[in-house]
Amino acid sequence: MSARNRELLALIPASLLLTAGFAAIFIQRSDVLSNVSLTYGAIFLGLCFAGHLVIRFTLPNADPYLFPLCAVLACFGLVVVYRIDDTLARDQAQWFVIGLILFVITIVALRDFRVLERYRYTIAFAGLALLLLPRVPGIGQQVNGAYLGIKLGPVAFQPAEFGKIAIVIFLAAYLRDTRQVLVQGSRRFLGITIPPLKHFGPLLVVWGAAMFMLVFIRDLGSSLMYFGAFLALLYVATNRFSFVLIGLLLFAGGAYFFATTVGHVQERIDIWLDPFKDYHGSGYQIANGLFSMADGGLFGQGLGVALLNLPSGAPLIPAPQTDMIFAVIVNDLGLAGGCGLIAVYLLIAQRGFKIATLAHDSFSKLLATGLTAVMALQVFVIIGGVTRVIPLTGVTLPFVSYGGSSVMANFILLALLLVISDRARTP
Amino acid sequence: MNTPIFRLFALFVVLFAVLVGFTSRWAVFGAQRLRENDHNSRVVLEEQRIKRGVIRADDGAVLAGSTALSDGRYARRYPTGSLFALPIGYDSVIYGRAGLEKYYNDQLVGRKDDFGQLLDSLVKKTQVGDDLRTTLDPKAQQVAMDAIQGRKGAVVALDVKTGAVRVLAGTPSFDPKDLGKKGTSTFNLATQGLFPPGSTFKTVTATAAIDSGRYQPDSRVSGKNGKVISGTPLNNFGGENFGDITLTDALTHSVNTVWAEVGVKLGRQTMQEYMDRFGFGEDPPMDYPAGQMQPSGSTLRGKIIPMTSSRVDVGRTAIGQALLLVTPLQMASVAQTIGNGGVRMEPRLVEKVIDPDGRTVQTPLPKRAERVMSTATANKVATMMKSVVREGSGTAAALAGVELAGKTGTAEIDIARNINDLWFIGFTGEVAVAVVIAGEQGQGGIVAAPIAKRVLQALGQ
Repeated sequence: MSARNRELLALIPASLLLTAGFAAIFIQRSDVLSNVSLTYGAIFLGLCFAGHLVIRFTLPNADPYLFPLCAVLACFGLVVVYRIDDTLARDQAQWFVIGLILFVITIVALRDFRVLERYRYTIAFAGLALLLLPRVPGIGQQVNGAYLGIKLGPVAFQPAEFGKIAIVIFLAAYLRDTRQVLVQGSRRFLGITIPPLKHFGPLLVVWGAAMFMLVFIRDLGSSLMYFGAFLALLYVATNRFSFVLIGLLLFAGGAYFFATTVGHVQERIDIWLDPFKDYHGSGYQIANGLFSMADGGLFGQGLGVALLNLPSGAPLIPAPQTDMIFAVIVNDLGLAGGCGLIAVYLLIAQRGFKIATLAHDSFSKLLATGLTAVMALQVFVIIGGVTRVIPLTGVTLPFVSYGGSSVMANFILLALLLVISDRARTP
Repeated sequence: MNTPIFRLFALFVVLFAVLVGFTSRWAVFGAQRLRENDHNSRVVLEEQRIKRGVIRADDGAVLAGSTALSDGRYARRYPTGSLFALPIGYDSVIYGRAGLEKYYNDQLVGRKDDFGQLLDSLVKKTQVGDDLRTTLDPKAQQVAMDAIQGRKGAVVALDVKTGAVRVLAGTPSFDPKDLGKKGTSTFNLATQGLFPPGSTFKTVTATAAIDSGRYQPDSRVSGKNGKVISGTPLNNFGGENFGDITLTDALTHSVNTVWAEVGVKLGRQTMQEYMDRFGFGEDPPMDYPAGQMQPSGSTLRGKIIPMTSSRVDVGRTAIGQALLLVTPLQMASVAQTIGNGGVRMEPRLVEKVIDPDGRTVQTPLPKRAERVMSTATANKVATMMKSVVREGSGTAAALAGVELAGKTGTAEIDIARNINDLWFIGFTGEVAVAVVIAGEQGQGGIVAAPIAKRVLQALGQ
């Protein structure tokens, strides 16, 4: 069967999942099954089909599983957002349409994505500017102490979601050029490979940028995400584990320093260590995330059953549609549902890295690796935050969390991966 | 470049496995502990859909009841307000649970084993909670609360024969309707408050002295003032010098130097053994949440240390000083044990658990803890303590027509300002009582003993 037909077939379960999910929520809400669930399913199937057609005609050799996997996540996310708040779900569906349009534009405009290499510095500056926008007075917004969003009139926006793509493009282009020098100029000292000082500079610059973000944006999670993607790329580009080690030590040192000096980061770490100490204050969100996962158990309470609000209307889980959506999923669908979701992300990561290994040139390899790594890291940072593996920070769960910027940025990321994949697999 | 890409993927497999591991930790393996967490309002909300059992006093008065709300939930009400707040506790969506509401939660929501639950769901029977019948006496509780109102103090009264808790009062208390209000406290002074027991602890030393066979009530001992105990001279109350007196006289007049010397001569091991038998060093075995009780004993930086520790001054511990800190509940238990012929009973707040059909499904009361001393010893110590009330420091507690055994205690907190913790413990044939008033001027025999008397009278003594 051709790649495109496999893709088309794989989209059917995604639509069925959406229909079944909405049906389950309608039954839970009112004991009657309205045909709205079918409508949602049909519309979603139509959207997926449109996306599929674009891929079929523009990228005939692209990876057949990536798009259906993301569609599964998107429809699953839509069901969960609908279950949390149906007006939000309507917005989210609109974001999906806009995301799909951006997806198509990216594919059409960047069929030869290697032009990106030429604009690496422009893209780097654009990326940094996007990351720093939330600190611009007047439009920047502080949420939970971190600066991650901006507000322009009625439009709220998380520029960091796009910034991550820009930064990965820059790093891939930059490392393609310097990887040879980084490796060849190295000396071995005490069994550790030390990169040449001249080329050590950029490493320090990126480290500095990550630290700067920690202080400026005050978000350990996104800082970890960008720096982690950088280290992943550095490792793949040079195949020198010692570089990663040096980078990790630098990051750990810097993070420790700022964690003990920047109040907000410090507080996040304290909550992480003991969310019950200040239960009625800062620990409330993470503690209730844990409670709701415990409430879910092995198979969950059932889609739409778990409690989100107290009878008084006060939230039982603050930010259920964004930061804490994983806790809601585990509450509704149990450990089984949570693991299923993680498995889908793992499959996406597998497809992404597969694309990287198949690509012919280093830029494509690095770009595919970087895009996959940054998305996988984002999943780790947010789910890890909710499950108390690391301190909780406000990044979204790709394709699942509510949020326009997140949906749009991830569709662009997906488009880039498919474009690289098509080129790699074209005989 | 492909090898590092594979390794990178392997790293993500590991990272995602960690996520699965942590998710299972919260959702499955550690879920029970999270469900039992006091802050977990989810569980409380779920259980609010069940008609929670009623908690009653010994005369049938409702101490905690359930009122149906319009949306199928039930709200808890506490008709007696702060009077019984400490023993009953609360059941709140925001603040979780405490007291009997917490300890007997499974019974109050009618939780059954899996099989019973299955049967109920088959016949579509809705879950209804079991009722609790406590042994608490509203009249005596009121008398006790009135006596300690506006002060810092606690009163515990136990049934001598069964260990049933008749009064469990402490101030400050709180209003279960107004949880979290400033200036109120859910800290239970009767079970968590740690005070130096002062001379009331001499009853424990006396038990050890006589039950070990080393002393008799008429043994002659020297009551000289200023005896050197652990390298420092020890004074009697008011610096009074007693000559050669009997052990009974030494208890009647609370002679410090005698009892400190007795403690030293008995030795650390013997003192430790009798304290263990009385239940020191561990939470009292009461039907009350573990987090709301404190063990009594020699306490260093919040931890109980054994008598054998070199930090413990055994002589001063024997007269209730040094590092020794005790709860009122523990001292009530000491009095109950001596009054019950040497058998310590487990203190119990609840007499019966009654299911919605009126059947008694559980009888937590009475439960024997252990024999602390021989009946003969108990009778001898009781006789000595009766002499304290008849002619010694405890005359203010004396009751008309009922023979009361007792011991006063005045633990010095601030000698310069004459601030003391004031104690009285005692028992009649039916009721044992412990009263403490913290941080006031005066003596145990003058301040605490009359309160004990009023509480005992309210209990029909």
